[in-house]
Amino acid sequence: MVRRVLGIIPTLASILVLTFLLVHASGGDPALAMAGDGATPARVAEIRHQMGYDRPLGRQFVTYVTDLAHGDLGRVDSLGAPVSKVIASRIGPTLLLTGSALVISSVLGLFLGMLAARRPLGPVDLAINSGSLLGYAVPGFWLGQIAVIIFAVHLGWFPLLGYVDNRNPPIGVHRWADIGYHLILPALVLATSEIALLTRITRSGLVQELGQDYVLTARAKGLPEGVVVSHHAMRNAMLPVVTVIGTRIGFLMSGALVIETVFGWPGLGSALRSAGSGDSALVVGIVLVIATGVLVTNVLTDLLYLWIDPRARTR
Amino acid sequence: MKRPAGALGLALTGSFVLVARFANRIAPLDPNHVVGNALQAPSAAHRFGTDYAGRDEFTLVIRGVQTTGTVVVWAALISAGLGLTIGAIAGYYAGGLLDRALLRVIELLQIIPRLFLVLLVVTLFGATQRNIIISLGLTMWTLLARVVRAEALSVRRRDYVEAARASGARDTRIILRHVVPNIMPAATVVIALNASAVILIEAGLAFLGVSDTQHVSLGQLISTANSYFQLAWWMSVFPGVALLIAVLGINLLADGLGDVLDPRRRDAASVAPLTIRMGRAVNAGRRAAHWRSATTRPGAEH
Repeated sequence: MVRRVLGIIPTLASILVLTFLLVHASGGDPALAMAGDGATPARVAEIRHQMGYDRPLGRQFVTYVTDLAHGDLGRVDSLGAPVSKVIASRIGPTLLLTGSALVISSVLGLFLGMLAARRPLGPVDLAINSGSLLGYAVPGFWLGQIAVIIFAVHLGWFPLLGYVDNRNPPIGVHRWADIGYHLILPALVLATSEIALLTRITRSGLVQELGQDYVLTARAKGLPEGVVVSHHAMRNAMLPVVTVIGTRIGFLMSGALVIETVFGWPGLGSALRSAGSGDSALVVGIVLVIATGVLVTNVLTDLLYLWIDPRARTR
Repeated sequence: MKRPAGALGLALTGSFVLVARFANRIAPLDPNHVVGNALQAPSAAHRFGTDYAGRDEFTLVIRGVQTTGTVVVWAALISAGLGLTIGAIAGYYAGGLLDRALLRVIELLQIIPRLFLVLLVVTLFGATQRNIIISLGLTMWTLLARVVRAEALSVRRRDYVEAARASGARDTRIILRHVVPNIMPAATVVIALNASAVILIEAGLAFLGVSDTQHVSLGQLISTANSYFQLAWWMSVFPGVALLIAVLGINLLADGLGDVLDPRRRDAASVAPLTIRMGRAVNAGRRAAHWRSATTRPGAEH
């Protein structure tokens, strides 16, 4: 297990090397850009020396990693703030949105999958199957727009935009309730494709497990069908769902980034959009944070997996 | 037709491809040409209405389909070439240094969500159509390589490969004549699924503002609709439906292809190809194999 945790280090290091080399290879001479138009060659050379761009690649990499270790990810020019500060102030809403979608999709995905598996190829199964095909194909940001047009603009059930009512900001518990109210629509939209995917995985896993001998035994000894499904088959069918949580978080976060801009949700995606598409420092920062997040979650799910399935412990 | 879903997929994908191929004839106008008042609702003259600048939304959507088509075809070709080559080599020389190095690269690329990987590359190197295609092609091959590797690994041990080797065939010949044809069924399904993933990522990036401004794209159209959705639903509905048709069509087609090409999967319990999307089930399978091999269930070799 210690080996699994330490295994993060080389992967993290390769991600750092990858981003560093990409930034380096994308070239452009940063010194030239900083000096501005009409700068003398001497001035460009001076800046290059000041910033350390004339040093060997290895040395530059060491500086890059040292800066990162100090939390220095560069600056977002258009927002006039350090990348670390922008990310720190925006990551909360993004995590809230991602986390809610993760919970919603897990609960609904397992539930719908179970419902569909009760009678494979029956009418309920076919309906859920078609729904999940559609849910999996629809682009989240577009679904978000349509949801806003229908439920916020025309029906007025949900707020149009934002995180919390800014005109008369509620305080205390009411603030959280208001955030929750604003959260419903974007979280459901973000969860849609995950619900679809989990439904399918759960359904096929459960159908497979229900054909196993141990299920026959459980039924034969007279257990109610509900107990057979929930205590026996479901425990095994859930394994693939649990093990891919790390990857799912990665996907949900990519989705969140895009969907946030539809709902004016003040997270990383909105920051990215307001910073403009050219801001590489912010993109690199976000990529590093998310890759680390996915990596850590993967290790955590491996640990969780050992806890859920004792058989894996013997190895 | 035994598989109505597959047939529907073929029809949807086919119509998308035809529209993309003949876009210039279907919508001969310059997409940037102002045809009338801004924000007109759909009518006989302008089937999809007009946008905020008075451009014809129908022309814009058709041109967007064209752009999506170009990006998808090239990105899918690049990633298919890379995935097949790398997967076949890694699988054939499994356990070797090359194989282990390739697996590390694949693992690394799968840690960073694809959208971010492409976003990173395109932000650094510039949002031109060529860069978008190349970066999608260079990041989408990992799942295919994994699937191909696993297939190649099992094909390698079959008798006919042994026979070919005994008759003195060289490695290249064995890979090209025996290994590759046998992994094509699984590979075709993954290639199709990659194509629909490419469409969603390209549209998502364009929606975030990362796209080639020289070409109209569907994501871009939906993005501009964001400021007008209280006034002009048509600016958002039509490009989105076009995207939905393409992605749903390809996914259904992939599902159907999987059933046709691999008869073993044709039962109610089969894990539909959709679930192997993005390597998730591949990862799950790898982990599940841990305990499966411990409990010696049949069909768990890797």
